[in-house]
Amino acid sequence: MNQTIELFVNGKKYSRSIEPRLLLCDFLRYDLGLTGTHVGCEHGVCGACTVLLDREAVRSCLLFAVQANGREIATVEGLGEGPQQMHALQHGFWEMHGLQCGYCTPGILMSLVPFLEENPDPTEEEIRDLLSGNICRCTGYQKIVEAVQLGARLLRETSN
Amino acid sequence: MKPAAFDYHAPRTLEEALDLLAAYGEDAKPLAGGQSLVPTMNFRLAQPEALVDLNEIDGLFFIREGERGLHCGAMTRQRAVERSGMARKAAPLLHEAMPHIAHAQIRNRGTIGGSLAHADPAAELPAVAIALDASMYVRSVTDARWVPARDFYVGLFATAMEPGELLVEVAFPQPRPRSGWAFEEVARQHGNYAMCGAAAVVELSEEGAIKKARLVFLSVGEGPVAADQAAAMLVGERPTATALRAAAEEAATKEIDPVGDIHAGPAYRRHLARVIGERVLTRATARANEAPLL
Repeated sequence: MNQTIELFVNGKKYSRSIEPRLLLCDFLRYDLGLTGTHVGCEHGVCGACTVLLDREAVRSCLLFAVQANGREIATVEGLGEGPQQMHALQHGFWEMHGLQCGYCTPGILMSLVPFLEENPDPTEEEIRDLLSGNICRCTGYQKIVEAVQLGARLLRETSN
Repeated sequence: MKPAAFDYHAPRTLEEALDLLAAYGEDAKPLAGGQSLVPTMNFRLAQPEALVDLNEIDGLFFIREGERGLHCGAMTRQRAVERSGMARKAAPLLHEAMPHIAHAQIRNRGTIGGSLAHADPAAELPAVAIALDASMYVRSVTDARWVPARDFYVGLFATAMEPGELLVEVAFPQPRPRSGWAFEEVARQHGNYAMCGAAAVVELSEEGAIKKARLVFLSVGEGPVAADQAAAMLVGERPTATALRAAAEEAATKEIDPVGDIHAGPAYRRHLARVIGERVLTRATARANEAPLL
């Protein structure tokens, strides 16, 4: 039986009638057309579908959309306005070649947002620990670590 | 894949949740953080007729000090325990184990009660609960009881709870004077399921002998495995390197029953149990030596 939910995604209010079994990642992609959130493993291991639920990074493949009723979701679409106005983290990834195919990147970016809010100047070890929750099969992670370091520096500079 | 259809209930009170669980019996699953249940539903290994979502029950989210030590509501997020200064002080072993549970993104959603009730043999929290002599508060429509952690685990993914019962709270006793603790595990990558892990608690007497010891393993049996013979060997002994190593050896050879998988065979898991067992006993003893007498 369908249920009606109301929630905010990237600050915009949406209301939809959905089946309870609909995963949040599929709701974002198919019902709202926000295809920046990628679906990889569907069992919480790869991290590609990571979004923010009330400002905390969570796997959107392990949440039912009905559970987001009344909550705030943030996806990668909410980070930068576009190629001319990228978020500092996106700029870091662009500058340091922090991606190749890009499939894992939205999940990594959304994992990083709350991480850097809590810890604006992380050590390399802390960055690698955070990245352990996101699988990338292209880069070997070195460029991602450098991208995070640059992105974190840019974020610190803009917040000063 | 995608989950099969189910009835969805999100009660606001514990009483409503217990009513629903009683009405559905074995056909309903309580949904806590969903970090283990939803993957099994996504792969259709589980197809419950109904989910009783506990996430809207405010009364199940708390960390407080009470008569049994540190009390955590079953829905307390693992991340909240990790960030809790009260938990670090009142249950330091629990606090030390938290970062080993999967990844931050999982712990943001995963709950204390969910992990304890799921009874995965590779899970950290059941081993920690036994090592600390924690107790679980279990409710149903008609009954309420405290179950010692040691009696709570009865087999592979199995607990002492009956259909209609729900784990609502867990309590970890305060550390004893002159006691120390340690947790360690080995996984292929941080955040993966551990191939072996162990929690230890060591309490020393005023003379510096071992008064009480606990050594509990994960990932080497059907559930958390308490190495009671090894612990009994240590009681009354001076905590020398030789004694601690002998206890870990006893546990690894006689008290665990590891099953192999593609990541680690039984022999390697036994080796890990020996090494990790010795390490946690050694670290726990060192901390007990540093701990205040009273």
